[in-house]
Amino acid sequence: MISSRSQTRLLLVLALLTFASAIGSLLLGSAPIAIGRLAAVAVGHGDRIASVILIDLRLPRTLLGLLVGAILGLSGAVLQGYLRNPLAEPAVLGVSNGAGLGAVVALYFGLADLHPLILPLLAIIGALISLGALHLLAGRSESPLTLVLAGIALASLATAGIALALNLSPNPFAAMEIMTWLLGSLDDRSFHHVWIVLPCVLVGGALLLADGRALDALSLGEEGASTLGVNLKRVRLRLLLGTAIGVGGAVAVSGAIGFVGLIVPHLVRPFTDRSPSAVLLPSALGGAALLTLADIGVRVIPTTSELKLGVVTAFLGVPVFLSYLLKERRLW
Amino acid sequence: MVTIRTEALTVSLGGRRVLHGVDATLEPGGIVGVIGPNGAGKSTLARALLGLVPAELGSVTINRAPIASIPRSALARQVAYLPQGQTLHWPLSVERLVGLGRLPHLAPFSQLAPTDAAAIERAMAKTDVTEFRARTATELSGGERARVMLARALAVEAPALITDEPLAALDPGHQIEVMELLAAEARAGALVVVILHDLTMAARYCDRLLLLDHGRIVADGAPAAVLDEQRLAVVYGIRAAIDLTGPKPLIVPLSRNR
Repeated sequence: MISSRSQTRLLLVLALLTFASAIGSLLLGSAPIAIGRLAAVAVGHGDRIASVILIDLRLPRTLLGLLVGAILGLSGAVLQGYLRNPLAEPAVLGVSNGAGLGAVVALYFGLADLHPLILPLLAIIGALISLGALHLLAGRSESPLTLVLAGIALASLATAGIALALNLSPNPFAAMEIMTWLLGSLDDRSFHHVWIVLPCVLVGGALLLADGRALDALSLGEEGASTLGVNLKRVRLRLLLGTAIGVGGAVAVSGAIGFVGLIVPHLVRPFTDRSPSAVLLPSALGGAALLTLADIGVRVIPTTSELKLGVVTAFLGVPVFLSYLLKERRLW
Repeated sequence: MVTIRTEALTVSLGGRRVLHGVDATLEPGGIVGVIGPNGAGKSTLARALLGLVPAELGSVTINRAPIASIPRSALARQVAYLPQGQTLHWPLSVERLVGLGRLPHLAPFSQLAPTDAAAIERAMAKTDVTEFRARTATELSGGERARVMLARALAVEAPALITDEPLAALDPGHQIEVMELLAAEARAGALVVVILHDLTMAARYCDRLLLLDHGRIVADGAPAAVLDEQRLAVVYGIRAAIDLTGPKPLIVPLSRNR
């Protein structure tokens, strides 16, 4: 509000960065193809191989990176504001792993083959259950530590469930498929996946963006927000549903990609007035750009078998997490 | 103009009865001081007046409407609240923090209007925090932050203002300033409820005092009628030198009885 001009400038810069990373993601990949051939496809008269690579392989992958990154960044920013805790994010709080467990249950019991919507639905339900449990365990407490501890416990429980499915899986191929939900990846995705995640991100994103003002009011605590006219029960319901639908849908197509929701709000916050509402849109754009860039990295870093995206974001995120903990250590 | 009335208000927190049958009619145009020893139920009374804790028995009404029937957003425009020792969870700038007081007036997805900006300026000027406007509120001293929080509550420009120990953490100069500020709000037609521990301040600035003890109102009236030696001895367990005759009353606690 006071610095609405610098906010607009930040959004513009991030939109350009997101656009550039999307173009980069379309142009760069494991198969080296001249830019001219790809450009020819874009204007409608390219050769078949270039067309398959650009339209069927790189375009859905790029779109998924943008959508998943945006919802992860946004949900991280929203959860940090709502819980008044700079360490909150879907993966740290066990939401991503809960969704991953839902997806793995769908795969393990063969439910995913019955209908294409069952896997994302179970992922969303898994996310809802883990958020609900988190709320029961630590919802009343104002202490960040309780919340992070409860989140770690829930994340570990969900990971144990996934590991159990891995342990009992009938053959190595099923195990490989389940592994994907642990590591997170955008490899080998098609438009089918885009159509699954798009409505989840739109619905979840709309729910999450609706309450920026309530998040600002919550910087005065729950009673402070209440006396500023915030209906906390409705806000909580919208945010739980938004996070579960958005992150659940994202995890259903990409697996549990951690730390994007943690890092991105921290990266953009210094360029805003630091109020929770000012961080929301920049975090969505920043998340889209960051995940797309990380996914380019996955493809161009030469390794024998392709790096998993979740591994790369974890290596980017853990230092941020640690530096924050070290900075805050004096408060314990 | 807002009148808040409690009738036989009884409130329990965690199974323990904190308020017993409190009857009070709080009318606009004056400062109502709420005094009483620690744990007497002062803050709970304030929170009940805001609908933050439900009445177990009895009722709280605002202009005759039961408080539970008023939507939160409408209530927020009627009654502003400054809680005791309010914490701030994000390092917001002073101006941004005071601006939170305008949230009850904003339509969904709209920006602050010039009237909101003017209200923010007024609130900052009244509390003497305009010079800190660009500073981060979490980095201010305790007393400076307390004034910024008061500015946040004033920025609502609600017809009723409930403040819970606004003087804690303030130096004597700013204590007087804040009480004069609250008195001016009351003279302008607001209902001002203030929870206090400083009995001299209470006697000097409040038009009416409610003395709470163990969740009950034990005295209600003009300061001179409420503050007598006998009562302070019973409720607070202190012996005090009381001089309410002059234009500037004095109450100095001297010793503990028990």
